[in-house]
Amino acid sequence: MSVEVGPERRDAPSAEHRGMILRYTAGERTNHWLVAMSFVLAALSGLALFHPALFGLSGLFGGGPWTRILHPFIGLAMLFAFLPFALRVGAENRMQPRDWLWLRQYRDVVNNREDRLPEVGRYNAGQKLVFYAIVLCLTGLLLSGVVIWRAYFSLYFPVSIVRLAAVVHALCGLVLICTIIVHIYAAIWVKGSVAAMTRGRVTPGWAWKHHRAWFREIITRATSTRPRSD
Amino acid sequence: MALQSLDIVRRSATTTRSPDIREASGGREVAKLIDTTKCIGCKACQVACMEWNDLRDEIGTNIGQYQNPHDLSANSWTLMRFAEVETPKADLEWLIRKDGCMHCADPGCLKACPAPGAIVQYANGIVDFQEENCIGCGYCIAGCPFDIPRISKKDHKVYKCTLCSDRVAVGLEPACIKACPTGALVFGTKDDMKRHAAERIVDLKSRGFEQAGLYDPAGVGGTHVMYVLHHADQPQLYSDLPADPQISRAVRFWKGASKPLALAVMGLTALAGFFHYIRVGPDETDASDEAAAREMAKTLEKAP
Repeated sequence: MSVEVGPERRDAPSAEHRGMILRYTAGERTNHWLVAMSFVLAALSGLALFHPALFGLSGLFGGGPWTRILHPFIGLAMLFAFLPFALRVGAENRMQPRDWLWLRQYRDVVNNREDRLPEVGRYNAGQKLVFYAIVLCLTGLLLSGVVIWRAYFSLYFPVSIVRLAAVVHALCGLVLICTIIVHIYAAIWVKGSVAAMTRGRVTPGWAWKHHRAWFREIITRATSTRPRSD
Repeated sequence: MALQSLDIVRRSATTTRSPDIREASGGREVAKLIDTTKCIGCKACQVACMEWNDLRDEIGTNIGQYQNPHDLSANSWTLMRFAEVETPKADLEWLIRKDGCMHCADPGCLKACPAPGAIVQYANGIVDFQEENCIGCGYCIAGCPFDIPRISKKDHKVYKCTLCSDRVAVGLEPACIKACPTGALVFGTKDDMKRHAAERIVDLKSRGFEQAGLYDPAGVGGTHVMYVLHHADQPQLYSDLPADPQISRAVRFWKGASKPLALAVMGLTALAGFFHYIRVGPDETDASDEAAAREMAKTLEKAP
């Protein structure tokens, strides 16, 4: 058997990749890590402005005023990094009936009893929820963030809207940070995920175990496009 | 802590206690009393404020009214607001109110400020901005129930009336008080100012202003700038002086419960992950999974 299924030319299989499945192309990986880096910076600078106990984090950005100046631009950077990523993976994150079943069996999910779960496509329901949470939070952060961006926009809004936006911004930030904590933990929990997003490839066993429908689809596609040997 | 009269009792974005063992100001709070019934709108207070604080606002335009400048700004910390009000008796009343920071006992600006020590409250009740600590976020503007702080386009710091904390610290009255020619502005301990206001209110009532009263709104814990109003039942007549000013519920939640709650939720989320790993452990693939994958691939490849 050979599962040399890398459609991406720049990811030409090397010896160590033989038999591995391409999960994230170099472009997808780059995009993911740009989002990740801008998120970390936005979260750290945002937390500095959110809670006095964390104001010290502003030192990472050159002090309070610099944190205030940079934070909205870092937020925009994350948004612009996430947009192409969302367009790439959006279609494959649509919820399907089997995803709801998967979610209902959350006990099996968290107890590593994957054999009892319905088959999973390229993304599981948890990953899809993370995707939607990020989309919703970033939308909320953008809209509320513009309103509380004092240097350019706050003067165009009545103070009652500014107050509300401050609360919405903090809330969306909290949900986003918690979502990303879950996302990062899931990557630590499910071994092979970090390699997928750093090196791009997963083993067939990993794909079979965690994303069986996607594995089947990949093999079928690879088989149908390769000239048959018999 | 150079001046005992400027001992700080509250400091923005600071969760521990301020140094407050001294009985600074003898425990007495100061207040400015603005008697709108005595004000003639001469703007001497505006000029005195500019002079003492070395402020020069942009020259504006005349839009056919006395109010000048049109609004408070980073360079105009006090402003006579002129309101022409028709009373039910069809009289015209010219209600002039000197606007500026009210120096709330429970200051919304200080509550909202994320920069440690950028806004402080002295033992004498004065609420002061320490611009060198200000980061220019403008949260204080959202926090203020009186629409007072103004952010400068020049240095992105916020400014407002200091109640001449520098003068008060050395036993002087604020500059505006010094300049007022009619005695509409008086300054002293808050208790004395309340007593003085009470006398004024008795006098006003005897002269037909039945609703005369003191404006010292309880919603913000009282203020260190108070008004004597002829129509204390309708403060909004005085260029929209709020009838019941309070720190907005959104700001109270944002700067109150939400802060510890949010940190707790984030911490618990991370802890949940950690203990999940400790209790359940990682989800790994082994040789049997690889074998199963090979098996499936073989089946699929054979299929037509």
